[in-house]
Amino acid sequence: MYIIIVGGGRLGYYLTRALLDEGHEVLVIEKDATFSQIINNELGSVSLHGDGCEAATLEAAGSGRADIFITVTGDDEDNLIACQLAKHKFNVPRTIARVRNPQHEKVFKKLGIDATVSTTNLILEHIKHELPSHPLMHLLDIQEKGLEVVEVKIPPGSTTIGKQIKELPLPADSILSLIIRKEGKPTVPTNSSVIQAEDQIIAVTSPESEDELRAALIGE
Amino acid sequence: MMKVIIMGCGRVGAQLATLLDKEGHQVTVLDTKSYSFRWLPADFKGTALLGHGLDEVTLKKAGIENTDVFVAVTQGDNRNIMACQIAKHIFDVPKVVCRIYDPLRRDLYITLGIEAISPTTIFAQVLKEKVEG
Repeated sequence: MYIIIVGGGRLGYYLTRALLDEGHEVLVIEKDATFSQIINNELGSVSLHGDGCEAATLEAAGSGRADIFITVTGDDEDNLIACQLAKHKFNVPRTIARVRNPQHEKVFKKLGIDATVSTTNLILEHIKHELPSHPLMHLLDIQEKGLEVVEVKIPPGSTTIGKQIKELPLPADSILSLIIRKEGKPTVPTNSSVIQAEDQIIAVTSPESEDELRAALIGE
Repeated sequence: MMKVIIMGCGRVGAQLATLLDKEGHQVTVLDTKSYSFRWLPADFKGTALLGHGLDEVTLKKAGIENTDVFVAVTQGDNRNIMACQIAKHIFDVPKVVCRIYDPLRRDLYITLGIEAISPTTIFAQVLKEKVEG
């Protein structure tokens, strides 16, 4: 696939390297001549020096034949405008934008960006997961369906320990998919599965039911 | 009387705010630096609000939910475009006007339904007439 990346900072650099390793054709557009040169020296001539928000640059990058267009600069507004340009002027089929301000995710979606990745939210999630007071972690957003895959870890002392799944007041739109035990193999939960301390339960849910799901599983 | 939010209190933003304020409109000017508000006259009756125009909390504080007009005149084309799209598509502001220096970018966003003005094009035209006149 031909993939264009806007932004040759640290994220752009490592993304380019990873995509090149997978065998894709990659071009990084970078505003800073020095950064652009460094990428060209280290990764082979894969960087174009220019402003990814300008039509002339995207033209020179051959955006018309790009399969995916990814923006990873540090500015949300630049990421949005570059993606819109790629989408509306060059008809790139898939646009992906990095978002720093988590509030902007819904803005980007409303404005037609195909996928967003909120780096701030990702880091927050991982830090929260390390805190004992936050037993729920987002593993994956299924953006098109409005669903998410989450993991709930059962803290020792939860009132649900020893209970069967069928006894728990689970939200109707949440499905428990997997139980990962401290010992033994992961199992697919059934109605008669019994909750144990330290279980990691993988579930599919709507974002609205997330709090209810967590409360049902750990017995708040 | 209209409610108007102006994002960016530079020379243009401040002068527009002053004009509309004199005509009795309810004006709120947004800027990220309080130093920018020095452009506003001492008798300015509107609101000068410190904050980022791409931030939903700031926009709500500025009263975007019931404003009649939103104008974006910061130095950044992309910032102006993004703010105007938020005003138009998220908050349904009836009239949204955007300054875009880059004429090509302006053309694209006109086709996407954003009312945009390019001072570059207008000023070049004025200069051309001066030169020829």
